[in-house]
Amino acid sequence: MELLSGADMIARFLADEGVEYIYGYPGGAALHIYDALFRQDAVKHVLVRHEQGATHMADGYARASGKPGVVLVTSGPGATNAVTGIATAYMDSVPMVVLCGQVMSHLIGEDAFQETDIVGVTRPIVKHSFTVRHPSEIPEVLKKAFYIASTGRPGPVVVDIPKDMTSPTERFEYVYPKKVKLRSYSPVMRGHTGQIRKAVELMRKARRPILFGGGGLVLGKAAEKFTQLAQALDFPVTTSLMGIGAYPQTDRQSLGWLGMHGSYEANMAMHSSDLVVCIGARFDDRATNNTSKFCPTAKIVHVDIDPSSIGKTVRVDVPIVGPAESVIDEMLHLLEQHKADPDHSLNDWWKQIDDWRGSRVGKLYEPAEVEATLKPQQVVEAVWEITKGQAYVVTDVGQHQMFAAQYYKFDRPNRWITSGGLGTMGFGLPAAMGVKLNYPEDEVVLFTGEGSFQMMLQELSTCQQYDIPVKIVNLNNQSLGMVRQWQDLNYKSRHAQSYMKSLPDFKKLLEAYGHVAMEVKKPEDLQPTLDKAFAIKDRVVFLDIYVDPFEHVYPMQVPQGAMRDMLLSKTERT
Amino acid sequence: MRHIISILMENEAGALSRVVGLFSQRNFNIESLNVAPTDDPTLSRLTVTTVGDDRIIEQITKHLNKLIDVVKLVDLTEGNHIERELMLIKVKAVGAQRDEVKRTTDIFRGQIVDVTPSVYTIQLTGDSDKLDAFIQALGNNTILEVVRTGVSGVARGEKVLSLH
Ligand SMILES: Cc1ncc(C[n+]2csc(CCOP(=O)(O)OP(=O)(O)O)c2C)c(N)n1
Ligand SMILES: [Mg+2]
Repeated sequence: MELLSGADMIARFLADEGVEYIYGYPGGAALHIYDALFRQDAVKHVLVRHEQGATHMADGYARASGKPGVVLVTSGPGATNAVTGIATAYMDSVPMVVLCGQVMSHLIGEDAFQETDIVGVTRPIVKHSFTVRHPSEIPEVLKKAFYIASTGRPGPVVVDIPKDMTSPTERFEYVYPKKVKLRSYSPVMRGHTGQIRKAVELMRKARRPILFGGGGLVLGKAAEKFTQLAQALDFPVTTSLMGIGAYPQTDRQSLGWLGMHGSYEANMAMHSSDLVVCIGARFDDRATNNTSKFCPTAKIVHVDIDPSSIGKTVRVDVPIVGPAESVIDEMLHLLEQHKADPDHSLNDWWKQIDDWRGSRVGKLYEPAEVEATLKPQQVVEAVWEITKGQAYVVTDVGQHQMFAAQYYKFDRPNRWITSGGLGTMGFGLPAAMGVKLNYPEDEVVLFTGEGSFQMMLQELSTCQQYDIPVKIVNLNNQSLGMVRQWQDLNYKSRHAQSYMKSLPDFKKLLEAYGHVAMEVKKPEDLQPTLDKAFAIKDRVVFLDIYVDPFEHVYPMQVPQGAMRDMLLSKTERT
Repeated sequence: MRHIISILMENEAGALSRVVGLFSQRNFNIESLNVAPTDDPTLSRLTVTTVGDDRIIEQITKHLNKLIDVVKLVDLTEGNHIERELMLIKVKAVGAQRDEVKRTTDIFRGQIVDVTPSVYTIQLTGDSDKLDAFIQALGNNTILEVVRTGVSGVARGEKVLSLH
């Protein structure tokens, strides 16, 4: 029998759980835990410069790996600084375990120094939370936290740990719990066969079907199965912003992603379809536009592991609650039985789709030649080429995020890492670091804007300390571009607070942190600078690329319209 | 439509606040709520009455089921059920009012559980409509205080909401 203090149990449990890195920041209430971490070397701790950075680092790692990211912060301000990152993970169903120090149990409720009711503060943005009541329950509580965070529909779990629970002088028996007992939580393992059968019937009869994949395919490791399904059916495929990569975007069947800034052909096809088969997406307002005008002629099949996602925003004809992978598997089996089925011609539908697709070729944007300002789109395309489409691409939030999503083509899941649900500016840099630290051999590119970047740039110092050589592409339009675009469209170009005066000299700034920075101001400098930057493998390289501040992201769905109602450029609309 | 949702949940700190928080977070309505431990001390029974169309009620039950603390739940209004609420009501009772209030209480099969020279405290159980009707029936009498527990309920017949 092994006796350990609560603090040592935490360190030991993390090692036994297979956690390699945790991200955090110390403070009074967490110091026993920090001391325990100091006295072992199985779990490595990354010292960030702001607790929000720790949550985004853990988040980036979790999105790339599918495993829970782990954060350690102190009570009070340490924990409240983590709130934005927890909310970000919650909105995109990212598995995360956040360990928060807390004041001593006997002080709770007395407004003690650095006391915050963090369980209360985070209640609406966590999948679940725990407060440790006795040191001996630490292994079990942590096991439950990891289990809940990473199963079913994943999400963040907060564990609140009063300082006396980790006292070095009190020791208790430690056993790593192999199993979890939770009578009130059992994620569904498979879908209802009768419902799946109904769905397959609809799929066989449909004449204008479309497959719509979401982030659930990525989280549920079902991209490969989804691709098989699409190919077995010869259906056109679209995804949500979060589902990017679940189906190879360079393939003929891919229509790109849909929604507010989704592709013309995806939005047109959705609107005209007679069957939408949605797997692992939640029909949020950025994906559907006005739900009362959404896909007026379509029957809807909705597969989701979370029953509350089904029927939440749009009516569904065939609801299927279950994990994407096993449901798709069953669908494939059923389809197999009808292989020789002759009445399955989608030729007319494909012809229509190819017409839509063809009508936009060469019209998406006008790249700048010499002596003009670069277009952000062409920068993304050039980065896609130089990385051969194989990089992990992380973004911040704004126009640059949409351009990255539109012009970088993904052929694999888990490579597109963006804050979709919460839209958190500042997410990018730490998330990219979380990916690069864990995948040091791979290229990790951050697309950011000068607004977003300044929200978390202190983490450049963490990059320096731990040698995390991410590539940073700053699409510098000298403005809060996305805000400005909305002001152009809805407020007669009254640019209230969307212009950032006195930007820092990014080159000097990066150099101050010990990194490499390059500037691109002219179109002809783009390629040579990219060549130079991507030849460097062991340093952070920041590319400050001046792009057209007047550019808008198109297509853009018309507010309150149907899927097909889009602005296609400053002068055209559908 | 009005629904009575009865929930079996872990008797743990924080569980109640998760349920209540869910209603405010998702803009669901709570008309009444009561909660107490059951014969199994690890479980509490919570009953909430709410109003909403089918879509909203479906969302409410789905989201409640998602809470880790919620072990099981049932929408009692989906079947035959018994619902009860208890009310304690203090009424001014002087002169002729004393007899009148007493009579009304008897008609509603309530009990006067405390008496002073000028005040009756009446206890009444029944479904919410009956309690409302009693308050109405008191009419011109001066009501000093009303305390209601909120609805509790069980399904009629063999059906039970329990762990097994
Ligand atoms: C933390 C946070 N605050 C505010 C917003 C609202 N917002 C969305 S995009 C945007 C502008 C982003 O500017 P920048 O990072 O320069 O990107 P650009 O749109 O110019 O490419 C703002 C302010 C947000 N998403 N997140
Ligand atoms: Mg900008």
